[in-house]
Formats: sequence, structure tokens, C-alpha cells
Amino acid sequence: MKILLIAEYRDGKLLTGYTEQLGFAEKMGAEIVMFLAGSDSALPNYGGKLYLADASSCGEFNPDAHKKMILEVVAKEQPDMVALAHSSYGWDLAPRLAYGMQAAQVSEVVDVQDKLLVVPACNSKLRRSIRCTTGQTVVTLQAGAFKPVELSAAPQVEKVSMTAEGRVIFEGYEAAAAGGVDLTKAEIIVSAGRGIGKPENVAMIAGLAKALGGEYGASRPVVDSAWVEHNRQVGTTGQTVAPKLYVACGISGAIQHLAGMKKSEFVVAINTDKDAPIGEVADVLVVADLMQFVPIFTEKVQAL
Amino acid sequence: MKILVCIKQVPDMESKFKVAAEGTWYDNQDLAWRMNEYDEYAVEQAVRLKEQVGDADLTVLSIGSDKVKETMKKALAMGCDRGAHIADDAAWNKEPFQVAGIIAEYARDKGFDVIFTGMQSQDRGSGQVGVLVAEMLELPSVSTIVDFGYEAGTIIAKRELEGGIKAKVKVQAPAVVTCQLGLNTPRYPTLPNIMKAKKKELLSIPVAELLKVNARMETANMFFPEKKGGGLVLEGEAGELADRLISILKDKTTVLK
Ligand SMILES: Cc1cc2nc3c(=O)[nH]c(=O)nc-3n(C[C@H](O)[C@H](O)[C@H](O)COP(=O)(O)OP(=O)(O)OC[C@H]3O[C@@H](n4cnc5c(N)ncnc54)[C@H](O)[C@@H]3O)c2cc1C
Ligand SMILES: Nc1ncnc2c1ncn2[C@@H]1O[C@H](COP(=O)(O)O)[C@@H](O)[C@H]1O
Repeated sequence: MKILLIAEYRDGKLLTGYTEQLGFAEKMGAEIVMFLAGSDSALPNYGGKLYLADASSCGEFNPDAHKKMILEVVAKEQPDMVALAHSSYGWDLAPRLAYGMQAAQVSEVVDVQDKLLVVPACNSKLRRSIRCTTGQTVVTLQAGAFKPVELSAAPQVEKVSMTAEGRVIFEGYEAAAAGGVDLTKAEIIVSAGRGIGKPENVAMIAGLAKALGGEYGASRPVVDSAWVEHNRQVGTTGQTVAPKLYVACGISGAIQHLAGMKKSEFVVAINTDKDAPIGEVADVLVVADLMQFVPIFTEKVQAL
Repeated sequence: MKILVCIKQVPDMESKFKVAAEGTWYDNQDLAWRMNEYDEYAVEQAVRLKEQVGDADLTVLSIGSDKVKETMKKALAMGCDRGAHIADDAAWNKEPFQVAGIIAEYARDKGFDVIFTGMQSQDRGSGQVGVLVAEMLELPSVSTIVDFGYEAGTIIAKRELEGGIKAKVKVQAPAVVTCQLGLNTPRYPTLPNIMKAKKKELLSIPVAELLKVNARMETANMFFPEKKGGGLVLEGEAGELADRLISILKDKTTVLK
């Protein structure tokens, strides 16, 4: 079996996600080739063959051009599988490649069991194993699902080139809103999820954080609703934190939230739903209505 | 201007799920159904675009059993002009390539200027359908948008990247965009609009007329993930739970001095 890995490059930097793609390929026992639209001054640590396009001429984000180049590599290498990260770059490009290759696409692979790819369903409450009926497949891999591998040798570079023609015109990056708290430095974080119900209840969560001597954070819906500012959002599109204690209040435990907090030393979840996926990473799951539990718990902590 | 928005009806994710007898999907009994969260943002953005340009016709499309018409009515009450219901009792079992094929076949000769989809469905979660529809119709597409503007045939959007960074992009309509959470604040349908929606066109088309592509994969097995060992589940009265949690934190962590 042969897998073509698509590495990622953004804002002049090589992203490290390719090491997990290498881990996946190793688990599949596959022969590897790699493609990168990047720069020869930032090459992946991987000793095999690398098809390298120059991002300064073809663009860092140019779906039409990247698709075309990768399909040419596919035609030449005839891989059984093309693997990308399940990232803003990967999930955008993968269906384009799958369509071009007339291949099945399996999104957000979290595991391989009995040679079948496993993906989450229903906000990760369930899993599915998938059987593809096409010769070639395209897959995207969930961040953190496969053990990173670094192969220290330098790659053998084969240059590919393409002009920057494409219908989607990239006009630059906009940085995340900066300033305010730095959650990454907090030793204790209490986070509010959609389960808090209304903005007035942020104060209750902040109150518990204060009683514990920590900071408060939030899941995305709470931030999207502007109940809490963005720099307190935990998850893939917010902060990645690893405090000594993380208390998730009314948070279901979607993969994108877990990615931002699963390295916490001790996780407490407060949730009315005993089956909420946050239970998978929680050291303690308190099955309770947070409206009742949090005020009592806060009071008892203050009394210590 | 012609606009299309694609919506899916999904179970409320707080539902108690069971795997159905045949073992490849969840049991659809005893579930509360609603509009896929991502699609609410898509509908809102489509309605805003219609309001902005004035002279526009906005179709909402959904593939599914008769039951999905309930969710389509919400979209009509939010401001869509007409509904295209693709009647398919086996929609739950369609994989993204087929769903996209059906939508593309419907849209092919209708000259939509902008097609909105959600970035992913909450139950299947493939995040493929929107981009595939664009590929099938040979249109450009922008995925994961958190900001949308339209000016004289040009879409100006922001894509959300990891860590809260955004990419600013421009594309010429006709095009497909897939909508991410937080793109806007979806409106609640008002009572008068709910009444008006009842009179709007909601046509059902049999899926057989539009399904021209074969499945490329199938679900071998659906199952619950294994819980990682060691996690403690506490149940009981709130005061007692608080005491137990405090003693656990004293025991297992250094945060309570
Ligand atoms: C590309 C992408 C990036 C994303 N990035 C992020 C990110 O950075 N961070 C993030 O958080 N999400 C992110 N998301 C969104 C993520 O998929 C989920 O939608 C989100 O995390 C859900 O937030 P939640 O758990 O607060 O809400 P829900 O999923 O709605 O969960 C609410 C929970 O509260 C519980 N509850 C309800 N009432 C009570 C009560 N009274 N007492 C106790 N419990 C109660 C419910 O049982 C439920 O489990 C991203 C999604 C995508 C597609
Ligand atoms: N059955 C369906 N009917 C209409 N639109 C759908 C359907 N399934 C998926 N979609 C659209 O495709 C998007 C992405 O779905 P998915 O690729 O399944 O994650 C959704 O947000 C919807 O906009």
C-alpha cells in the first residue's frame, strides 16, 4: 500500500501536523510519498520523496492550483490513498481531490480497527467504521488521533511548479484578537459551555473560578454568542490549555473543544447528560444540573 | 438573483442515542429533531443576502423523509421563498458523494448565483457536501466561512483557520460557500412569519429523479466509543456531590490547599 501525505504550510511556516500523518502511515504499514506547497527553507523531517511546490509562486492557499498539482502527483505516483490533516486546509482540499480522483473520501479518521477507518458521528457520541468501494481513497485525519513520528533524514525533493491561477483569491491573514487574559498560564480553569443557558450565568462560572483561585474560560457557542470574549475560548480555534485542574460546566465535549484541554492534569465535568462525550476525558463526571450544583460547590470551596 | 441554501434535519445532540438493529446507523425513534446547527447560519446568511440585494429568489433544499418538511418550514419562516424537498426515506444512509450528487443535479440548470451549505452536518459530520456540490457544478467554493459580504457579483469572505486566525478571500459568483458556527446570529422566526411560511411553496421531488451517482463507501459498523478507564461518575444530591468532589480534589490534586 502507498499513501500520499499532504503536508501543510501557513504564513511562511511548515505546520507540524505531518508528523501525525507519518504516524498514521506507519500504522497502515504503508509506503509514503509527500506533497508540500511550501518552501525549501522549511522542509519536513522525513527521509522519503517530497514533491515540493513553491508557495511564494503558487500561493499558500489556492485550492484550484493545489488541487491541480496534487492530481498530477497522484497520476504519477498512483497512491492507494491520499491523507491530509482534518484542518481548515485539509477539509477544504480533500473533497476537491476526491472528486478529481473519483475516490471515496473518509473524513476525520480517529482510528484504524480491523483495517477499517473509524470516524466519529453525532458530536462524537458514536463511532462508525467505514468500508470504501473505490480503488483509491482520500482521508482526513483528526488532530491528535495518531502518534507523531519524526524521521530525521532530509527528504529527496522533487520540485513541481504551477502558476498561481485560481478562482478563489487569497488576500491575506487576519490575526486572532489579542490581549486580555492569557489562559495558557492559568493553573485552574473553569469553563462555561452552552449548558449555562444564558449570559447572566457567566458570573456564576467566573465566581467558581475565583473561589478556586483560577481563571474562567468558555466553549465556542458561549463565545459566538458574545457572552464571553474570544481570548477565553478553549479549543482548536481558541486556546490550547493544560492546567492542573479543568472544570467543564455544561460542555458536551466536542472534539474541537477536547483538542484544547485534554492535556489538563485533572478534569472535572459537570453535566446533566451522563453520556456526554466529555466523560471520555473527565477524571470525575458530576451528573448534575450546574444551576444547582455550581452555587453550592462554590460556597463550600469558599468555606474551606 | 437566485440563491440556494441546503439544510439537513438532525437529532438534537443531547438525545440518548441507540444503535439501530442493522448496526450501521442510530435508531431514529424517540429523538427530538432540529435544523443542523451549521445550516442555521447558512439560512440566516442567505436571507440577509436576499434582503441586501432586494430582487432575489431564495430556495431552501432538504433531502429526507416527509419529516424534514418541519425543519424546512422553519427556514421558510426565517425568510426563504420556496422549499424544494427531495423525498428520500433512505436519506440517512446516503453518503456525502450521493447527497452532493442529488443537490448538484437539482441545481444544475437553475442558475443559482450563490449556494450556501453548512460546513458539516452534526450527525454524519463529513464536511464534504458543499465543496463536492461546487466540484460537480464546476463552481468555485469557499469553505468554513465566518464572515460574508457581497458586492456587485463578488463574494468577500473570511475563512476560519486554526487558533482563531482568519484568511481573507474573494471569489466571483456563481459560487458555493460553506458556513461555520458564529458566522452571524440566526434570527428566530416571528409568529406572523411562521403564518406566512405556511402559504409558501414546498414541493416534493422523488429522489430517484435526481440520484445519478453510486455510493463510494458504506458504514460497516456503528458503535459507542469505549470509555477511557478511571473516570468516576458521581450522581446524587447537589450538596452531597459537592462534598464528595471536594474530598476527591483534596486527595487527587494539589489545587485545594
Ligand atoms: C472547525 C471547528 C472548530 C471549532 N472550534 C471550537 C473551539 O475552539 N472550541 C469549542 O469549544 N468548540 C469549537 N467548535 C464547536 C464544537 O464542535 C461544538 O459545537 C462546541 O464545542 C459545543 O459547545 P458546548 O459543549 O458548550 O455546547 P453543546 O454541545 O450544546 O453542549 C451543551 C452541554 O451542556 C449540557 N447541559 C445543558 N444544560 C445543562 C445544565 N443545566 N447543567 C449541566 N449541564 C447542562 C448538555 O448536556 C450538553 O452536554 C468547533 C467546531 C468546528 C467545526
Ligand atoms: N440530507 C441533506 N439535505 C440537504 N442538505 C444536506 C443534507 N446532508 C448534508 N447537507 C448539506 O451539506 C452540509 C455538509 O454536510 P456533511 O458533508 O454531511 O457534513 C450540511 O451542513 C448541509 O448544508
